[in-house]
Amino acid sequence: MPERIVHNLRGIGHQVVNGVWRLGYASRFFLLTLLRSATSFRRFRLTTKEIYFAGVLSLIIIIVSGLFVGMVLGLQGYETLQKYGSSEAVGTLVALSLTRELGPVVAALLFASRAGSAMTAEIGLMKATEQISAMEMMAVDPIARVIGPRFWGGVISMPLLAAMFSAVGVFGGYLITVVLIGVDEGAFWSQMQSAVDFRQDIVNGVIKSVVFGVAVTAIALFEGYDAPPTAEGVSGATTRTVVTSSLAILGLDFVLTAFMFTGV
Amino acid sequence: MENLVEIKDVSFAYDVRPVLTGINMTVPRGRLVSIMGLSGCGKTTLLRLIGGSLRPHKGAVRVAGRVIHELTQDELYEMRRKMGMLFQFGALFTDLSAFDNVAFQMREHTGLPESMIHDLVTMKLHAVGLRGAQHLMPSELSGGMARRVALARAIALDPMLILYDEPFTGLDPISMGVISDLIRHLNEALGATSIVVTHDVQETLKIVDYVYFMSQGVVVTQGTPDEIRRSETPFVHQFVWGEMDGPMPFHYPGSTYARDLALEAAHA
Repeated sequence: MPERIVHNLRGIGHQVVNGVWRLGYASRFFLLTLLRSATSFRRFRLTTKEIYFAGVLSLIIIIVSGLFVGMVLGLQGYETLQKYGSSEAVGTLVALSLTRELGPVVAALLFASRAGSAMTAEIGLMKATEQISAMEMMAVDPIARVIGPRFWGGVISMPLLAAMFSAVGVFGGYLITVVLIGVDEGAFWSQMQSAVDFRQDIVNGVIKSVVFGVAVTAIALFEGYDAPPTAEGVSGATTRTVVTSSLAILGLDFVLTAFMFTGV
Repeated sequence: MENLVEIKDVSFAYDVRPVLTGINMTVPRGRLVSIMGLSGCGKTTLLRLIGGSLRPHKGAVRVAGRVIHELTQDELYEMRRKMGMLFQFGALFTDLSAFDNVAFQMREHTGLPESMIHDLVTMKLHAVGLRGAQHLMPSELSGGMARRVALARAIALDPMLILYDEPFTGLDPISMGVISDLIRHLNEALGATSIVVTHDVQETLKIVDYVYFMSQGVVVTQGTPDEIRRSETPFVHQFVWGEMDGPMPFHYPGSTYARDLALEAAHA
């Protein structure tokens, strides 16, 4: 019995030490990525290519999802607001929900699933096929050449995708409530315009999406770089990217919302 | 003759598992030297120690008079610019064409104009017989062709030292002959020094100047190809002539066959 307790305690200790070690390695990796980012800006062509892969190729999923989320918000909002005789305020509800919360959060979740997982798989496979080792042997720093441009590509793409998501979502809400249900168009747009504050709502939404972009891209790149160079290792790293990124997005969203909108 | 690579009393372990123990080797300039041994005997680890990817736990690896593990990151990268390495399966960058793979180091490390890079890459690809395949992507190349493009990439900056990690693995006999001929020919043409890590005995003995034989992390014998062919050392004899029986057992050590089949208990 005591042997079993010691064995279990040793297991827990091993997990904790491993976790702390990995956290330290991840922090060091993140710092190195920032310090060696000069290449990403000096040779912006490398970063532009990554903006295309992470941003432009994610547009379809972002636009389609944004449209449907906006349409659902319009339907649900109208259903609830008309009970209180304020169905014209549906435009405000759709716009505030999207710019403050759903735009940055859902776009980041989709970004993590689509672009984040692709980044992890790509870096993991580059490691498994010795492309990273080959680069090091050619005296080219993989953090500067491979990680840096992908990091900044992701960070630049994320707020643009979130903005696109919110804009298309508002259009989806407009389609359902104004075009389909028949809410007054003037009231829809004018109430939205007067209720949405640029600094409080738009800027805070953009700040959120930048933070999510940094978190998701850093997690995706680290998981790929740290993946064991096997098929199982890359698959596990890709799964961890989606799970860790999603939890990080939701956790960070709570913290940011608490600071931005409730004055905590 | 001056030694380009000197390995003195090098020991290395992954965690607590020793891989290399007290290794001593020298590679004179201009020579083509092979390190042979069974899979897992520490050959590739030794190559990584020479390239500076790993640090020895004991001893030192010197290349061109410099102790590799004492170099700073910048000095190590400076040294690696003078080295070329051919990886086991080529390790070509899959998002770049054959041409761009060979041009990679030139674009990263030299300020040469694109027109000159074009000419140099064409010459390198011509040297490995793939000038006509320069526009192909790695996924469009056969195993042998990919290995030749990787070889052209390894010699892109005319290195003083070329490291080959299992260059013949998975190749058909014709490709194997082509690669072995290129290794010998390029070493002479570039005036370079080459180290070939391999277990393809017959192909390697045709082209190298000297051989180190490793087993279980130590050098068991060394000599010229003729000396190796004539060696009476049981392990070397078994390895060179591909004999099934010898000091290296066919069966991995474990409990008895009868015990695994639960026959001992039945007899008792």
